[in-house]
Amino acid sequence: MVACAADGLEPEAALRFDHGGRTFVIARSPEGGYFAIDGHCSHEKVHLADGIVDGHIIECPKHFGAFDYRTGEARALPACIDLRTYEVKVEGDAVFVKI
Amino acid sequence: MVIIGAGPAGTSAAIALREGGWRGLIVLIGNENMLPYERPPVSKAILIEETDPGPKLLVTPERLAELRIDYFQGRNVQSIDRAANTVTLSDGAQLAYERLLLTTGARPRILSIPVAAASRMATLRTYVDALAIRRIISRRCEVVIIGGGFIGLEVAASAVARGASVTVLEAGPRLLTRAVPAPMAELIKAKHERSGVRIETGATVERIDATEGRSKVVLADGRTCLADLVVVGVGAVPNVELAQAAGLAVDNGIVLDKTLATSDPDIFAAGDCCSFPHRLYGERIRLEAWRNAQRQGAAAAANILGANRPYDDVPWFWSDQYDQTLQIAGLCREEDVRVSRDLGANGQLFFYLCGDGRLVGACGFGSLSAIAKEIRMAEMIIGRRLAPTPEALKDPALNIKHLLV
Repeated sequence: MVACAADGLEPEAALRFDHGGRTFVIARSPEGGYFAIDGHCSHEKVHLADGIVDGHIIECPKHFGAFDYRTGEARALPACIDLRTYEVKVEGDAVFVKI
Repeated sequence: MVIIGAGPAGTSAAIALREGGWRGLIVLIGNENMLPYERPPVSKAILIEETDPGPKLLVTPERLAELRIDYFQGRNVQSIDRAANTVTLSDGAQLAYERLLLTTGARPRILSIPVAAASRMATLRTYVDALAIRRIISRRCEVVIIGGGFIGLEVAASAVARGASVTVLEAGPRLLTRAVPAPMAELIKAKHERSGVRIETGATVERIDATEGRSKVVLADGRTCLADLVVVGVGAVPNVELAQAAGLAVDNGIVLDKTLATSDPDIFAAGDCCSFPHRLYGERIRLEAWRNAQRQGAAAAANILGANRPYDDVPWFWSDQYDQTLQIAGLCREEDVRVSRDLGANGQLFFYLCGDGRLVGACGFGSLSAIAKEIRMAEMIIGRRLAPTPEALKDPALNIKHLLV
């Protein structure tokens, strides 16, 4: 699935991507790499794309649960359940996510 | 280790103590007959949802067992004996402590006006309070809310969503006087009015009578409103009586030093019940906020374990009103210079700069996606004591993240 244009996302930022009734977040690391994880925080249904990206961490905008978007690992309470990660490939100027 | 109060401050402290290496017993005492739970949904999801979603637990019983935290539920503490280092419960049981943490929270302030015994009144703090309100607003009825603060407005939003007819009576000249700037209070008021809530400011309630099974709210100007339920949301008072009776210093909350110790080095406190000096504001503050309770509890735990770190988290608060959200970072004080950033239909941000140019407060109202990142960045700017220019803060085209460097 094409999630976004490669130049549509600056480093240390994230955006929302919806597909087939599911929602994901595409995050770009400070080094420029692209990553994809489930869009909703595992604590409550709040979209992580509305939160900030700080280094390799994406943070819930409401309760400050945090995840390493490279591994999906929950890194700060109240989030304690890891999120699923999805394979990402950049081809040409498009970012593809394998769902 | 004895912890009195099992809200977010006490519970996060208990967990942090064990995870941080406290070897002895940890006793967490809660005065409600249930496991520790999250309070924010009490004025939101628990009132609004078609079926009661139930309390959202802060910790599972399995996790409590795993961490060897002894949870005493539905128990009240009678007194603290500082000379003997013991706590006596109201059923006579006695517990010895090496360190004591007070996370006793706050309770709803009650009205000091005549109220007929037969009138149906409610305040909102606990899950049980929410169930009582929920039972009434789940059918067509008239609800009068006294107090245009956050609790009153969240109940108003929930009740009107359930089909109730809702009136908010605020004694002051506008809503949310202590919490947000006037123009933002106007936006919030307009949102409520569009949703069907009647809002009256400058409305002082003189007394509440009962008539034919309903409550009659009598205003100072002689007008009356009938209600099936009157919800009083006129602020909260810190639960300091135990501390006071034990001879600890109290001044708008249990007085703490910057490491969250009370005037007795064996006793710490955290959450809504305490007041503490804050490096960013040069004064003592007391907060009534979910995130502060959680983080301050964990910080007190770290200091009990010997970290000796001043607690200086930037205050942060949020409230949901319909599909809009309000977030506040730092303190928005009238005496500071206010700068606004207009996000058009998406919302509005306000920033507060103090005399030396530092950003000390920021608040936003709008969709979560429009304001959350900006307020979070503002929080980081506040914490780092930076002084962005008013021009940069005003400009909606400028990413606040760029002001961090």
